[in-house]
Amino acid sequence: MALTIGIPRETFPGERRVATVPEIVEKLIKLGFEVSVETKAGDDANFSDQDYKAAGASVSRTAAALYKKSDIVLKVRAPAMEEVPLLKEGTVLISFVWPAQNPDLMTALAAQKVTVLAIDSLPRQLSRAQKMDALTSMAGIVGYRAVVEAANEFDRFFAGQITAAGKVPPAKVFIAGAGVAGLAAIGTAVGLGAIVRANDTRAEVADQVTSMGGEFVKVDYEEEGSGGGGYAKVMSEGFQAAQREMYAQQAKECDIIITTALIPGKPAPKLITADMVKSMKPGSVIVDLAAEQGGNCELTEPDKAVVKHGVTIIGYTDLPSRLSRQASTLYATNLLRVVEELSPQKDGTINVNMEDDAIRGLTVINLGDVTWPPPPLNLPAPKPATAPAAALPKKEEKKSSGIGMAIMAFVGAALVAFVGLYAPPAFIGHFTVFVLAVFVGYMVVWNVTPALHTPLMSVTNAISSIIAIGALIQIAPQVEIGTVRADALILGIAVIGIALTSINMFGGFAVTRRMLMMFRK
Amino acid sequence: MLPATLTTVAYIIAIILFILSLGGLSNPETSRRGNWFGVTGMAIAVLATIFGSRIVDVGGGNSETWQLVLPAGLPWVIGAMIVGGGIGLYAARVVKMTQMPELVAIMHSLVGFAACAIGFASFIDTSITFAGSEHVIHLGEIYIGILIGAVTFSGSVIAFGKLSGKISGKPMLLPARHWINLAALVLVVWFFFQFVGTAGIHDQGGAIAAGWLPLIVMTILALLFGVHMVMAIGGADMPVVVSMLNSYSGWAAAATGFMLGNDLLIVVGALVGSSGAILSYIMCKAMNRHFLSVIAGGFGTGEGKAPVAGAEPAGEVTPISSLETAELLKDAKSVIIMPGYGMAVAQAQHTVNEITQLLRAKGTNVRFAIHPVAGRMPGHMNVLLAEAKVPYDIVLEMDEINEDFPATDVVMVIGANDIVNPAAEDDPTSPIAGMPVCQVWKAKTSIVMKRSMASGYAGVDNPLFYKENNRMLFGDAKKMLDEVLTALNS
Repeated sequence: MALTIGIPRETFPGERRVATVPEIVEKLIKLGFEVSVETKAGDDANFSDQDYKAAGASVSRTAAALYKKSDIVLKVRAPAMEEVPLLKEGTVLISFVWPAQNPDLMTALAAQKVTVLAIDSLPRQLSRAQKMDALTSMAGIVGYRAVVEAANEFDRFFAGQITAAGKVPPAKVFIAGAGVAGLAAIGTAVGLGAIVRANDTRAEVADQVTSMGGEFVKVDYEEEGSGGGGYAKVMSEGFQAAQREMYAQQAKECDIIITTALIPGKPAPKLITADMVKSMKPGSVIVDLAAEQGGNCELTEPDKAVVKHGVTIIGYTDLPSRLSRQASTLYATNLLRVVEELSPQKDGTINVNMEDDAIRGLTVINLGDVTWPPPPLNLPAPKPATAPAAALPKKEEKKSSGIGMAIMAFVGAALVAFVGLYAPPAFIGHFTVFVLAVFVGYMVVWNVTPALHTPLMSVTNAISSIIAIGALIQIAPQVEIGTVRADALILGIAVIGIALTSINMFGGFAVTRRMLMMFRK
Repeated sequence: MLPATLTTVAYIIAIILFILSLGGLSNPETSRRGNWFGVTGMAIAVLATIFGSRIVDVGGGNSETWQLVLPAGLPWVIGAMIVGGGIGLYAARVVKMTQMPELVAIMHSLVGFAACAIGFASFIDTSITFAGSEHVIHLGEIYIGILIGAVTFSGSVIAFGKLSGKISGKPMLLPARHWINLAALVLVVWFFFQFVGTAGIHDQGGAIAAGWLPLIVMTILALLFGVHMVMAIGGADMPVVVSMLNSYSGWAAAATGFMLGNDLLIVVGALVGSSGAILSYIMCKAMNRHFLSVIAGGFGTGEGKAPVAGAEPAGEVTPISSLETAELLKDAKSVIIMPGYGMAVAQAQHTVNEITQLLRAKGTNVRFAIHPVAGRMPGHMNVLLAEAKVPYDIVLEMDEINEDFPATDVVMVIGANDIVNPAAEDDPTSPIAGMPVCQVWKAKTSIVMKRSMASGYAGVDNPLFYKENNRMLFGDAKKMLDEVLTALNS
């Protein structure tokens, strides 16, 4: 029996996203599910009830009615406490949950005997999990929007320009933390024309920063900051001092700072002190993407944009909702991938397969049993050695050893000397011609464009039919009277030779011409 | 009859024209003119020979001018040329562009055969007398000329058989094949001394009687060697073999030139020989293989070459339908198409062109990426695309386009496998490690068209298929592309 997927309206204040969009509804229906949407669920993301109906979903008038008919509930935010009792027993809920931060909610959900897949608990190390990775897709949006918010508050151009009214210097943007959000911010700021610098405690992201068009600023201190699973870890005191110094320097130079530094399960590190804010130029902007976890800047106030010491500090925590349509579409696609994983038969039923690494990681409550945290994955650690391994084969390119060269040269010289000593003069003449012709051929053929290699082969084929000359001069030469010569036999061989080489001669040139006529612009 | 000096001058003109002919191929614009240079050079050379003469020392400080061909030979020459030329022109007209490798291979064999025939004829020809060391050298030249000619002949015939599917494309590996080759080489060298030694002490008439046996034995050995060499080479290495045989046919012509003391033959043979050698080198480099290891054969046998354990990319592939492919192509701003041998097999080049025209009309930037060893001979893909009327300025070489993949929305890989295998770059244990490959995985989306999940000729699994941004379109390339085209049109 086909299960029903329910999409409630988000109740969290300021949340404008919706868990699925009409385009994805169609795909869910193709998987065999029925889809029901709470009325006005998509309004804030600019999807009307009408759009959902057109895509094949039914519309429920109230949340209660929706939850009642839903076997699977797709949500964005973790359910509020008052929503929990609406979930009927056995429902599968897929949404953000943050089990570590919300123990009460976990207890309540477990008591409700539902199954909960927390999209935030996805084992991101699995490569096949990438398509379900909502954290990444949301972080990309956050990074983009952070730059847009900064540009909105900033009182200058991003791109440098030279106008009739004078020269405008480009804005300098510093991005702390080059995770997904940081990289998206780099790309967006570069796109607007700013000079972008970035820093991260994980040295391996330097290449990614450069590839996005940013400049990687190193902390002058040796320590590796990868904390496993692609996340950062807390750094040593010495490192932090060096890092503060670098941040202080950047604060003086840059017009815009975007901070994205988060460490899993810990309050956000305080990277930007009040003194640094004071040292910034008036009119500068700080966007603190860690505001929800306490902020990377000491002066950040969550959910607000405040002006302190002439610097605008933006602490919005609802950036994905400020791009609600885009965020909803990406999030809906991530959830679709989860549903696909759950429903391999595509027949409108699901199977929470706890043997599957990805599903096991996602599932935090299985029919009332708390299954969080999941056992550690049996995965090879994400290898930090990727870069050297990739570089390896190139380095192995052997330089031919000097000894080999010397032997070659010696053998060559010996051969030439041998020829020079023993060969008759006539041979030397031909030999000279031969060697020169090889060099001419070498020079000429290197100029041939690779696209014409096939015509080159056919034309050289045609030209090598010049060997017919050999047969021609054998066919019936004038000979000294009285010479004994197997005339008939040689004539026969020569005629065959000419006939065969004529195939090449005519066929080779003709087919080359045919080919070359086809090459056109 | 033309004076001997005029013949020589005519030969020089022919040589220049041949060099210009090869030089013209540096650019499609000038290539057609280059072909006419070649035709003109050939006509001049042949006519100068037919109407030419040579100066013969008749003793006593006198010399005479003798005719080369006229008058007795002329009817035979015309007859032979009409027959051969007719066959050649007919073949050139009817051959399909996908069959070009076969045609080229069989033409190589003809040059090899002619070199053999002329060598034997020269051996028994007493019209030119040699004495002393010249006689010995002449015998040596005959021997070497026939040797190269015979290897070229039998090797090319086998290559033709493999390319046309008459012989299995799988490498045939005899046990101890390297020893067999070595023994053949030693025997050939031994017979060389036998031949030159026994025949060299006689005058020309006696030499024929004394030398024919070693010469025949060597020819048979050389023929067997040619067969054995090409039989041991796998399908994907064919571009190397075809260009190597191209080179051999040139050296055979050059050896014949030495034998007959004819500079025109020497020059042309050297031109062709070095051209083929360069092509072989380019092909080997494109596969990151040593020339010798290609010739030694045995690639893609599956024997002992199984993918290294642990390097097996785990994961699942994401299939895609032709409709979804069309959607992706519609939305893409830039598309790169990577054809491989599979496109030639499926004869899909015309459909590819129609899709290209359609997308270009919409303003999509469509380009083609050609790996040097795509197909069965150098430049194979270019010719197929040209046949389908794809403009050549959007057909780019791997080195020209490899940097553009990251900025590309969709890459369509049509019937290619090893040349787009990322393992060549990041898995040092892979059998194809270090081979230059087209970095299609850097594009936003890649679509691989394949008949099934079978691995390529190198027998290496392809991690590209399991990449997150890769889609697999299973089925016959022609059929699938036709469906894509229909979907794009609707």
